[in-house]
Amino acid sequence: MATITSLGYDDLPELLTRLTGDEKHDWSSLSTLDVLWVLHDRVLGPDDRFLLSKGHGPAAFYAVLAAKGLIPADALEGFGSFSSILGYHPDRTLVPAAGIGSGSLGHGLPIAVGAALTGRRVYSLVGDAELDEGSNWEAVQYAGRIGLGSLNVVVIDNRSSTYHWPGGVEKRFTLEGWSAVRCDGRDHDAIEHAFAAATGERPHVVVADVERKR
Amino acid sequence: MSMRSRFYALAGQALEDDPRVALVSAEIGTGELPAHPRHFNVGIREQLMIGVAAGLALEGMRPVAHSYTPFLVERPYEQVKLDLGHQDLGAVLVSTGASYDAARAGRTHQAPEDVAIVAALPGWTIHVPGHPDELERVFRRALGTDDRVYIRMSEEENAARVDGDGIVVLRRGEQVAPFVLAIGPTLSETLAATADLDVTVAYTATPRPFDVEGLRGAFGSGRDIVLVEPYLAGTSTAEVAAALIDRPTRILSLGVPLGEFRHYGKPAEHRAAHGLDARGIRASIERFLALNDP
Repeated sequence: MATITSLGYDDLPELLTRLTGDEKHDWSSLSTLDVLWVLHDRVLGPDDRFLLSKGHGPAAFYAVLAAKGLIPADALEGFGSFSSILGYHPDRTLVPAAGIGSGSLGHGLPIAVGAALTGRRVYSLVGDAELDEGSNWEAVQYAGRIGLGSLNVVVIDNRSSTYHWPGGVEKRFTLEGWSAVRCDGRDHDAIEHAFAAATGERPHVVVADVERKR
Repeated sequence: MSMRSRFYALAGQALEDDPRVALVSAEIGTGELPAHPRHFNVGIREQLMIGVAAGLALEGMRPVAHSYTPFLVERPYEQVKLDLGHQDLGAVLVSTGASYDAARAGRTHQAPEDVAIVAALPGWTIHVPGHPDELERVFRRALGTDDRVYIRMSEEENAARVDGDGIVVLRRGEQVAPFVLAIGPTLSETLAATADLDVTVAYTATPRPFDVEGLRGAFGSGRDIVLVEPYLAGTSTAEVAAALIDRPTRILSLGVPLGEFRHYGKPAEHRAAHGLDARGIRASIERFLALNDP
């Protein structure tokens, strides 16, 4: 994963405007924007692997990849068009930097378990509503029981799951043997520290608290 | 030694010989498969089994996933479609149970539709070996590639292995004789059913990709073709029709009929009930050929 910064966080709104053509949107409301930025700007090392499982609404992801020079910024204008490499859900064969193709929920975390079993340090981003999918819990249970310390997950918790309950995400992960840290999903230092809390002895989850989706 | 026993021995040896090979299981076979640092038994979690296989492939490994047929390709079908196919990652999926090996276990453990649904996804090579030696050949070959390969083992097997890839002619009839193509473990019954008929009998253990050129080269100038498959009837009918699109042909497709078959018992009883024993195959062929003579 490249970590050479060509553009900064403050450039993301312009990149997002190029992506959508919408000049009035408040891009700071994108739930994954700050976590994705911190991951790519501060956390991911050159040998780490990142798998975006929550492929819905990948605008923030594309903007971050463009800012980091991992996709050509010129590609942003064609977002969703027939010949574009950037669809409403990423396709890793079109965008290798995407890590995996996603869209159908509940696939990234199990794949991340497989990659992490090789010893690779792996990060996967999921949404709190995505955790409704049972396939995630197959992965959470197994990774916890075998102490898969190379696996890191961040849950964007904007309480969008219909059956969300306060603190439920980290309680379920810790019950299965994970370490867990909840943090302010808009505070870059807090996000970085939450990832740094991983011990490598067991899988680690960061629960990034962001405002409720409207 | 059954196909299943042969596979367990081969898989264990592959783990020792090839550092790229990793085995992913979900409790099925874990008593026979060796403990090994690259044998990951994920418990009864079949979606995870395929996801883990994909993640291993993402890291350059050659994953082999194994379970009972319905739990390997039906329960985690979306994982097979997306985690492997859509990600363009390879794996070797090896099933046991076939269509009705688990006759006593009932419908939950039977999967005659497996080849049809795997074949509905792009890029899969599908092997249906009819003998443990054929299983060994296709399994070893699969390990040497990064392809998506489905190998369907069965407790049913033919009396002898068939060497050669693609469609192999085993008995040649007259030039215009009906052409009978047996797939996998249906061969012995098919040979017995047609022993005194003027037919050409051919065989393949690899229904996908379908051997178009092999069929065209072997077909002769007849009109009638009988397809005998050990899974859902008609699974390869479209492939046969497309291969012979420029020739006037009639196709009889034999296999396990579509339907909820609510019987237990023995595999041989299911085979007979589905018309896939020698007597049933013979009767179907005779009815089919009789339609030639109005």
